[in-house]
Amino acid sequence: MYTYSEFDHDFLKTRNAQFRAQVERRISGALTEDEFKPLRLMNGLYLQLHAYMLRVAIPYGTLNSAQMRQLADISERWDKGYGHFTTRQNIQFNWPRLRDVPDMLDALAEVGMHAIQTSGNCVRNVTADHFAGASADEIADPRPVAELLRQWSTDHPEFQFLPRKFKIAITGSPNDRAVTRAHDIGLRMVRQGDAQGFEVIVGGGLGRTPVIGKVISDFVPEQDLLPYIEAILSTYNSFGRRDNKYKARIKIMVNELGLDEVRARVDRRFATLRAEWSGADRAILRDLRESFAPPAFRTAPTEGYDVAYRHDPVFRSFADTNLAAHRHPDYAIVTISLKAHGATPGDATAEQMRLMADLAAQYGHDELRISHEQNVILPHVHKSDLPHIHAALQSAGLATANIGLISDIIACPGMDYCALATARSIPVAQEIAQAFRARELDIGAMKIKISGCINACGHHHVGHIGILGLDRAGVENYQITLGGDGTETAALGERAGPGFAYDQIVPAIDRLICAYLDLRVDAQESFIAAFRRLGPKPFKDALYQTGGRADAA
Amino acid sequence: MSRDFAPSVLTANDLFEGDVVYFTATGDWSRQHTDALLFTDQQEAAEALAAAQAQPERFVGPYLALAHSGLNGPEPAHFREAFRARGPSNYRHGKQPMGMC
Repeated sequence: MYTYSEFDHDFLKTRNAQFRAQVERRISGALTEDEFKPLRLMNGLYLQLHAYMLRVAIPYGTLNSAQMRQLADISERWDKGYGHFTTRQNIQFNWPRLRDVPDMLDALAEVGMHAIQTSGNCVRNVTADHFAGASADEIADPRPVAELLRQWSTDHPEFQFLPRKFKIAITGSPNDRAVTRAHDIGLRMVRQGDAQGFEVIVGGGLGRTPVIGKVISDFVPEQDLLPYIEAILSTYNSFGRRDNKYKARIKIMVNELGLDEVRARVDRRFATLRAEWSGADRAILRDLRESFAPPAFRTAPTEGYDVAYRHDPVFRSFADTNLAAHRHPDYAIVTISLKAHGATPGDATAEQMRLMADLAAQYGHDELRISHEQNVILPHVHKSDLPHIHAALQSAGLATANIGLISDIIACPGMDYCALATARSIPVAQEIAQAFRARELDIGAMKIKISGCINACGHHHVGHIGILGLDRAGVENYQITLGGDGTETAALGERAGPGFAYDQIVPAIDRLICAYLDLRVDAQESFIAAFRRLGPKPFKDALYQTGGRADAA
Repeated sequence: MSRDFAPSVLTANDLFEGDVVYFTATGDWSRQHTDALLFTDQQEAAEALAAAQAQPERFVGPYLALAHSGLNGPEPAHFREAFRARGPSNYRHGKQPMGMC
């Protein structure tokens, strides 16, 4: 993986020193909160419901064991001994004190990490397929391009004050694990003959106005990618709305101008920009590709795995659910669930972080990934090591075999932490996971995603079952959407009808699941497949058959 | 009570810790909602709010939150304020270890 240069280290050192001085001036009263707020947000520091929150970037979800250990140490020294991994491949610390944050940032910088551009109207953390560089279905590793984008966008002077925040996701696989169609720019690596290029998608996003992104170019050659993206950003910076926060995202610009007009403006800008790019980006990308060269995979027998698989049903369940196909037939990709039944989705304790770091160091070529689904991945594991890894995970409460099942829920922090939220997400996720624990293997593939407000950090619009928590007349109320999909067959869920009170949401989901189990052709037909075959009506009928305590929302 | 004014407490986030604080009847600030002064007079509430806003070196974002009188002191009128007063529901962090819920 990419190793920070001296330039990078000096940059972080200087930046952190600046912020330390800003914090001191805030504490002394020399800066008002109005003056300080934009400065702290530029360094990832929010003030949430109960405390400050520091959001740390994990670019394209990749980190090594030293970085994971440092996150663990930071959580213990300056927080409450855990961290929360988010849907944008960040980690959030929920309880720092203002005076400690500069020390936390210095500790992060020691391992090449930071919180820059994790807030503000700029290009946010570039996210990528969490199986990048490992997956059997991959065309090419997207991370060198993601790192190039990170370097290009960090402190880019033109793009620090965009109309709104800007999110880029990239995948190197035809199977989209990066939700590219729900980002401001989504990049899908494609080939035309021998040429490597990108399908470029613009104007996707969830939140108040959910939109599936549109293809602005079906093939941008690799050498044109950065100037083309700069042309999109530049066009958005010029023509994106700034008069209304809720209409400021690029998706609104695409909707109002029309895709063809946006494409024409981008093409004009690109024609100018292309000539100004000297090719330095190409040289950098070549170097980055070396940084991301695959590890030296070893050749060794895999009988240990085969024996454990045959004789240990618990291991077999884990293997069936949590492993994915690796590019090397003797290897596997291990997804470690941070969704133990009843636990907070995405949370890991310091001890758990250290264990995962140890496993990565000992068995995983020193690589870890964070997924947008709030889990942790060991991308390169020889199959013979899997029984040892499983045993170690069991000892730390990390061996839950539920990846892709109903308890593998994305849930934003909701009103338990977030100042913007209008209802809680976490306890709803916890109760659903507990309620369906015994049935989840029978229910099969299922994506439930929960957001605590309309900003949709929990991606509820692209959940097979989406849950949106709202405030209705001073009480928590939950709307359900059905049929969403965040993959290469992306779709927005449609609202089922009136919302449900807090104590009625799990029974409502239960009716929905029971209906699915009755309606499916067989156990192989997933919920989303049954929904697409049957349409929403039988599922809506099931949801509202009791009349329940539905409101009039 | 003023005609359009509903009983409220004055609350903010502490600058240093970030946690929720409440203005009390003694003119001090407490971490506990039940210690809060329940304003029933709009003018008094406005003056206290202005005083808090004039102390940016101690507080962030002071505002008046609706509340009503309870057995042990003021109680939040909205669930958001109840969560602010209590702390998160998934861990006993925030106010819970302090016996404030």
